[in-house]
Amino acid sequence: MIDESLPGFIRGSLDHCVKCNICETACPVMNVTPLFPGPKYEGPQAERFRTPGASADDSIDYCSGCGICTLVCPQGVKVAEINSRARATMKQQRGIPLRDHLLARPSVEGRLATPLAPLANLALSNRGIRLLIEKTLRIHRQAPLPKFAGLTFQGWARRHQPPPTDDAVVYFHGCSTNYFQPELGVQAVAVLEHNGFRVLVPPQDCCGLPLQSNGIFDTARSYVSRLARNLAPYARQGYKIVATSTSCGLMLKREALEILGMEDDQDLRVVSEQTYDICEFLADLDEQGRLRSDFNSLPITVTYHAPCQQQSHLIGKPALDLLDLIPELKVIELDRACCGIAGTYGTKREKYDVAMQVGAGLFGDIRDAGPDLAVCDSETCRWQITHGTGRESVHPVEILHQAYGLGSRARRK
Amino acid sequence: MSGRAGDGRMADAVVVGAGMAGLTAGVRLAEAGLRVVTVAKGLGSLRLAPATVDILGYGPDRVDSPARALAAFVAAHPDHPYALVTPGVLAKSVNWLKERVNTYAYLGDPEVNMLLPTAVGVPRPSAVVPETMAGGDIRALKHVAIIGLRALKDFHPALVADNLRASAVSGGAAVEARSIMLNPPTGGEADVGTLAFGRRFEEAAFRSAVAAELRAALHDEQAVGMPAVLGFDHVGSVWTEFQEAVGRPVFEIPTIPPSVPGVRLARVLQERLRRAGGRFVLGAQAVGPELRSGKLVGVRIRTAARETVRAARSVVLATGGLASGGIEVDSRGAVRESVLGLPVWGRPSGAEPGFLPRYLDEHPMDSVGVRVDRRLRPVGPGGEPVHENLHAAGAVIGGARPWREKSGDGISLSTGYLAAGAILEDAE
Repeated sequence: MIDESLPGFIRGSLDHCVKCNICETACPVMNVTPLFPGPKYEGPQAERFRTPGASADDSIDYCSGCGICTLVCPQGVKVAEINSRARATMKQQRGIPLRDHLLARPSVEGRLATPLAPLANLALSNRGIRLLIEKTLRIHRQAPLPKFAGLTFQGWARRHQPPPTDDAVVYFHGCSTNYFQPELGVQAVAVLEHNGFRVLVPPQDCCGLPLQSNGIFDTARSYVSRLARNLAPYARQGYKIVATSTSCGLMLKREALEILGMEDDQDLRVVSEQTYDICEFLADLDEQGRLRSDFNSLPITVTYHAPCQQQSHLIGKPALDLLDLIPELKVIELDRACCGIAGTYGTKREKYDVAMQVGAGLFGDIRDAGPDLAVCDSETCRWQITHGTGRESVHPVEILHQAYGLGSRARRK
Repeated sequence: MSGRAGDGRMADAVVVGAGMAGLTAGVRLAEAGLRVVTVAKGLGSLRLAPATVDILGYGPDRVDSPARALAAFVAAHPDHPYALVTPGVLAKSVNWLKERVNTYAYLGDPEVNMLLPTAVGVPRPSAVVPETMAGGDIRALKHVAIIGLRALKDFHPALVADNLRASAVSGGAAVEARSIMLNPPTGGEADVGTLAFGRRFEEAAFRSAVAAELRAALHDEQAVGMPAVLGFDHVGSVWTEFQEAVGRPVFEIPTIPPSVPGVRLARVLQERLRRAGGRFVLGAQAVGPELRSGKLVGVRIRTAARETVRAARSVVLATGGLASGGIEVDSRGAVRESVLGLPVWGRPSGAEPGFLPRYLDEHPMDSVGVRVDRRLRPVGPGGEPVHENLHAAGAVIGGARPWREKSGDGISLSTGYLAAGAILEDAE
C-alpha cells in the first residue's frame, strides 16, 4: 500500500495547532469554494485520523498547494506540508491521471516540442485541438499554456562569452526560462554581469516541483536529486545559486527537503543553503552597497504581485526594494494572496473555475490600477495574470534590465 | 523613494510581531515616514480577537470608567504596564486607532465602559467598539431578539438569550431576551463557518433572504443581536442595509475564532502599513539579536533556507506573552523571552503550586514578562535599558493579567503607540 508517511518534524508540528483558524482566514481556495473544507480541517485535524492503509481523503485534491496556510500559521504547524503528503498518498493509491503525468514534465515536453515549436504552438492555440485536449486529457480549453520559444536558454548560454571577472554565481534557470522564455535568462545574465558577476550555467533539468505538486513523489525525488548532484560541486565551492523561477528556487531551498522528505540528501542540503531568489540576491547586494545604481528613468506604472511561492521564501518582497531604486517608476504593491494557478492546478478542467475565482480579486486590482506592466516573480502566475487581465506580465528582472539600459525589452506576443 | 542604492533594506525600525501592538507601532512609524519592516512568524492574533478595545474591565471589581479608574488601579499595581500610560496617552492612542479604521466607525472612549454580550451572553465591559456592536450595550437594552444561523456551529442563540435574561445590570432590570434560529439559504451545506457567512452577507440577495425570514419571526423586540458575520471590507454598508431590511436596529455579537471583526481590523491595519510604505515579512521567525560591539543593529530571522539579518536602527519587540509565544515556559517552569533572551520579571519563586484548581484562578505565572522603562525599553536587573534602541510593546511586557482585567487591547494599543513615539523622538 502506497503511503507517503510524514517525517517526524512535520507530523509533530500538528500538536502545536491550537485550532485558531488563522489559516482558514487566509486560505485562498476555501474562501471561494465549498469543495475544499480548509487547511486546518484537512491538515492538523484530519491527519490524526490518517492511518497506514487506504486513503480516505477526497476533498484534499482541491488543495492547490499554495502554502499560504503554513506561511500564516503563528504556531509553526506545517499545514501545507501535511496536506501535500496526504494528497500524494491519495493520488498514488487511486492512480495518477495521464494528464497530471504530462503537466508534471515540462522538460520532457520542452525537449520534444522545441524543434517543432511553430507547429506545437499553432496546435495549442487552436480551439478545436484545445477542446479535444479538454475532452481527452481534461486540461481546460481556456487554461493559460505557454508558447515554446523554439530555441533554448541552454543553447544561448553555451555560445555566450562571459566577462573575465573574478566573482561568479551559478544561474539556475528552470524549465520555463529554458523552453518558454529564454530572453528572461538572457536578461538575468546581463543584469548579473552588469553588477560584476560571471554567470555559470551548469547543465540542469527540471527540479521536480510539478511532479511533487501532482503527487508523483518518487519521480520528483529522482529529478531533484539529479539536479542537486549537478549543482552541489558549485555550492561546495561557495558559489551562490541564483534562480529566476521563484517556485523552483523554493523547491531547492526547502520544499524538496521537507515535502519529499529528503533531509538526508547531502547534495540537496548544501545546494539549499546556497540558493537565492534573484531579487533576494540583488537586494542583498544593495544592502552591502554593491548593487550598481546607474538606473535610467523609467516613467511607467507597474503593479507588483508577490506570488505564494515567493512569499514562502520568508524574505518579504525584495523586488519592491529593487524597483524602488528606479527613478520615476511608479510601483503599486498588490496585497492578494494568490492568482489561483498554483503551478498546474488551475489548468485542470475540474479546477479551472476555482482558480479563476481565487484570482478574481488580483485580476480586479490589476485592472483597476491599469498598469503598463504587471510584475510578478513566477512564470505560471504571469501566464495566469495575463490570461485573467489581458495585461502583459513580466519578471522584476526584466524591469531592472530595461532600467539599466541593457537593451529594450523584447515584447512578446 | 527612488535612487537610494546603497542603503537597501536597512530599516529605521524592525517590528517583530503583527498583533495589535506591533501593527500600531509599525503603522505609526511608517506614517511618520520611517522605513519600517514588520517581521511576523504568522498572521497576528488580531484575527482571533473580537476587535473591541477593552481598556480596563475589572480592577478587580467591574470598572465603569477606565479613564477615572486608572489612577487608583496603577497605585495598586505599580508594576503594571498602565503605570507608563497617562490618561492623555490612552485617549490619544484610542483616537489614533479610530481615525485609521475606515471600513466602519469605532464608537466610545476611555471614559465609559459599555457592557456587550459575549458569544455566551455574558456582559463584557468594553470601552471602544465597532459601531456594529455598540447597539448591544445591555445598559440600554430592554427587549431583544438573539438570532442564530442554522449552519453556524458554536453560536447558540438560546444560550446567549438565557444568560442575558440572567444578567442584571447595576441599577437596572435584566434584559428580556428571546432566541430565534434562522435557516439561511446555504445551499444545503450543514456546516458553514463565520468566514463563509461573512462573505455571504456581502451578497445582497443572501442578505435580503435572511432579513425577510428574520422580519417575519420578530415580535415587538427593540433590537436584534446576531453573530458578528456582517461582511468584511464593506461592513459599513452591509450593516446599514441589513438593518433597514430588518426594520430594527441590529447589533453584532463577537463569535469564537475565526473572528470576522478581527479579520476586518487586521486587514485595515495591514493595509495602512502597506500604504505608508511599510514592508511585511510574513512567516519568518525572529530568532535572535544581531549585535555589533554589543550594540543591537538588527534582528536575526529564519528564512526558507538560512538565517539572515534584518538590519535596523531601532527594534520594537511585539511578540506577545505566554499565549503567543513571546514568553516561553518549559515543563520545569523555566521562563524565557523567546526572541532576544531578555531578562524576564515576575517569575514564580517555585514554591507555588504548578496548577490551581480552577482554570481562570490567578497564578503568579500570569504576569511574567519583560519590564520596561518610561521609553518602553526593556531593562536589566539594575533598571538600565538592555539596548538604547530596543523597545517593547503589548503582552510581552509583564505585570498585567489581561484576561482577568480585560485590559489586553488597551495595553497593546497604548504601548504600541508609545513605543513608536519613543522611536520618533529619537529620530528627531
